[in-house]
Amino acid sequence: MLETIRQPWPWYIAGPLIGLTVPILLIIGNKAFGISSSLRHICAACIPANLPFFKYEWKKEIWNLFFVAGIFLGGFLGVQLFSNPLPMDIAPSLATYLGQFGITDYMGLVPSELFNWSALFTLKGFFMIVVGGFLVGFGTRYAGGCTSGHAIMGLSTLQWPSLVATCCFMAGGFLMTHLLLPYILKF
Amino acid sequence: MIKDINQDARALDTICVNESQLEHKWWHNLKYLVVGVLFGIVFVKAEIISWFRIQEMFRLESFHMYGVIGSAVMVGLISVFLIKKFDVKTIYGEKIVFHPKEFNKGNIYGGLIFGLGWAITGACPGPLFAQIGSGATVIIVTLLSAIAGTWTYGYFRDKLPH
Repeated sequence: MLETIRQPWPWYIAGPLIGLTVPILLIIGNKAFGISSSLRHICAACIPANLPFFKYEWKKEIWNLFFVAGIFLGGFLGVQLFSNPLPMDIAPSLATYLGQFGITDYMGLVPSELFNWSALFTLKGFFMIVVGGFLVGFGTRYAGGCTSGHAIMGLSTLQWPSLVATCCFMAGGFLMTHLLLPYILKF
Repeated sequence: MIKDINQDARALDTICVNESQLEHKWWHNLKYLVVGVLFGIVFVKAEIISWFRIQEMFRLESFHMYGVIGSAVMVGLISVFLIKKFDVKTIYGEKIVFHPKEFNKGNIYGGLIFGLGWAITGACPGPLFAQIGSGATVIIVTLLSAIAGTWTYGYFRDKLPH
């Protein structure tokens, strides 16, 4: 049993479990599934700076912060209790591609050769860690949601603006992966 | 255009416009923590928080992420359909309400910007929290930077096309 749990879970187990978050959050408290809002609540709670966008009763949305704290704990427990001892099984073409840039360690979920504290002070690391994060935080709020709020909750409730947003998420991702990232990884 | 700031700010967001009218003690929020924990474990075990899986998705090298998102949406769709059809109530007996999202150009511009960031970090906001939990401590910087990005959006919001 534990052996099975330790293996990476297939999409047809994980996807439906993630989809179930939608009705669970609705039923336990009438909450719309969405994660990027937590970043806004953190701003509202810590650095509102008198901006109207952050002047709202964030305490009413505190469930969202409990939820992301849970995701953090889940990430911790998932690795501590059921971690997969083997390196990740990645597509051979991805391995060849990353090999050109000297990325050959597939041990962790996050490639330690790209994301580590000393890399933070290199140009490439700064771009991957700081600029990447900034684009995620700025973009999700500008778009009004992220993969959870738009792609999963929005599409589940048949909202066409969410379909537009989801297509743009993918378009931005393809653009970065194919046109820009190869230059960034070269540094 | 004068609008209730709270209402206006929420209309552009995924935060719960349909928040419960009931007053609860803080520990009622622990149930969201539990859901979050289970969710985080799925993130780790299905390698959804893996930078490599996101690269495979954008390089069309694996079906995994498409399967995850696609089947999650299918289950979400069916659940929402059933909730509406049978008028399922919350555990507190309240009616479950859905609020339509209004389209604005931010869905396009913001969506593209987020997509660029997603392919770099290999993480959307949820996975950022799980990645830190999984032991990649430097991702704390990515998270702080994402918070700074959200703040910057709030600062320039009036000047951006919507």
